[in-house]
Amino acid sequence: MTDIDLSAQETELSHATLPRGAQWLVAIAAAALGGLSLVLGAGIVGAVAVGGLAFVLGYPLWALLVENRRSATDKLVTGLVWTAFGVAVIPLIWLIYMVVARGTAAISPEFLTYSMRSVTGDEQGGLYHALMGTLIVTGIAALISIPIGIMTAIYLIEYGKGSRLAKAITFLVDVMTGIPSIVAGLFAFALFTLVVGPGTRFGFGGGVALSLLMIPTVVRSTEEMLKLVPDDLREAAYALGVPKWRTITKMVLPTAVGGIVTGVVLSISRVIGETAPLLVASGFNPNMNTNALEDSPMMTVPVFIYTQLSEATAKGVEYAWGGALVLFVLVMALNLIARIVGTIFAPKTGR
Amino acid sequence: MSISVKDASIFYGDFKAVEDVTMSIKPKSVTAFIGPSGCGKSTFLRTLNRMHEVIPGAYVEGKISIAGQDIYGSGVDPVAVRRKVGMVFQRPNPFPTMSIYDNVLAGNRLNSKRIKKAEADEIVEDALRGANLWNEVKDRLGKPGMGLSGGQQQRLCIARAIAVQPEVLLMDEPCSALDPISTAAIEDLIHELKSDYTIVIVTHNMQQAARVSDETGFFNLKAAGQPGHLVEFNPTKQMFTNPDNPDTEAYISGRFG
Repeated sequence: MTDIDLSAQETELSHATLPRGAQWLVAIAAAALGGLSLVLGAGIVGAVAVGGLAFVLGYPLWALLVENRRSATDKLVTGLVWTAFGVAVIPLIWLIYMVVARGTAAISPEFLTYSMRSVTGDEQGGLYHALMGTLIVTGIAALISIPIGIMTAIYLIEYGKGSRLAKAITFLVDVMTGIPSIVAGLFAFALFTLVVGPGTRFGFGGGVALSLLMIPTVVRSTEEMLKLVPDDLREAAYALGVPKWRTITKMVLPTAVGGIVTGVVLSISRVIGETAPLLVASGFNPNMNTNALEDSPMMTVPVFIYTQLSEATAKGVEYAWGGALVLFVLVMALNLIARIVGTIFAPKTGR
Repeated sequence: MSISVKDASIFYGDFKAVEDVTMSIKPKSVTAFIGPSGCGKSTFLRTLNRMHEVIPGAYVEGKISIAGQDIYGSGVDPVAVRRKVGMVFQRPNPFPTMSIYDNVLAGNRLNSKRIKKAEADEIVEDALRGANLWNEVKDRLGKPGMGLSGGQQQRLCIARAIAVQPEVLLMDEPCSALDPISTAAIEDLIHELKSDYTIVIVTHNMQQAARVSDETGFFNLKAAGQPGHLVEFNPTKQMFTNPDNPDTEAYISGRFG
């Protein structure tokens, strides 16, 4: 037998391949095509579209001519998936950029510590009152929703499995997930109009409205986390003579706590930016108000953004961007906390 | 403690899983259950500490008593039964949030029993020595239990079960997820535990049943979909040399369906 240099020739297992760096060649060609169309007056969006299309179609076409169909299909689909990814991510990055770029101009110590009390014209105002309001209203929503949500999830997973009541609750939770947020606000407003008096707008009402939106997400995420705790562990605890309620409080919940806390924090960051229900239920107030139970409106950051924007003055628009940045930082901080808590409490493998 | 079972039938809702089992298990001995998959031997084992009740709709007819007390009598608390009758499962299942030390103490800790540190240390050491694991883990008791190998995890689960000082230890295929060396370690352990506990073990491995047990019960199905039943219950030696029932002989010698 003679040694054959397999790499030099085609065998049944190999086929002709594109030169190395082929994708860069195509990318350069596509970019050139995009540049050309820009010069010809297609506009920036048109140029990007032409360039992208040229790459997504050109690269597989070349592969089809040199390699084979499967390779071409692979390159086409890879291109499409990356395009979809780009289309999804570009607006997000753009949004972050815009909020940070425009918002930082408005941020100043005064902006963060002043309220809008008797601010007229070009006088300096701030969103301190709205920031406090948001923290209070969201705090109330969290205080209502977290216990109710977690206990509901515990009932559904640990006690009610397959029972008719559990099925009814699951259905209602699903329905609650779909409630338009303004309806939740109207519900809270109507509720407190009946209970307290007509036209009641106050912080607690906003908290109740938000909790209606928050409870279903807390239930859902807690349920998923409790489902992840293996039945093996429950049985192990039962076999040690541990009663069911202790198994739940001392074994199941600690095992799932990382995921539960993450879910709860994410549900908070989900409702913290709600505008419509707070417009209806806790109203507008240019002044500082930290008493959520008093019958006077409480300002919140999303409503602050809305009112400033509807002023339609240069200063109002600037303040709206500033408010958006504050809200954005708040949500990012909550997400970060969720991540950190999730990793701290995650069961340790010891490896 | 001896266990006596009379005409026990086990149901999952309408489905009868096991039918008319009668046997008496001697104290401080090892009893093995063998039989093909789905014949109800694990189901039967789980009725001995009322663990099968965890599945909704499961119930038992007949009488099962441990040390003369009917464990299905009215007013009997299943939690109390399970404190007397410990269980080791097929797959090792240490609590993932707990260290080795806390895993052994889980039975006490989860029940919020207040124990002094010195006493707790003693319980942990005794249980781990009892499970032949002490020498391997004594330097890393604070490490997570999930970090041990499969065989060590299973011995940790045995330590956890004996730390609450049960009188009976049920083992549901404790070696089926383990390699031969870990299996040998567990079998040695079963021999040692026999002097203190009544042990009931379900196994698919007939050599294992022959090696570790004093008495053996053979469960079988009449046909698919029919309830399982106890075919023969005899001393292990007789079972493997001169069984009463031709089905037993066929199963043990490998001439079975």
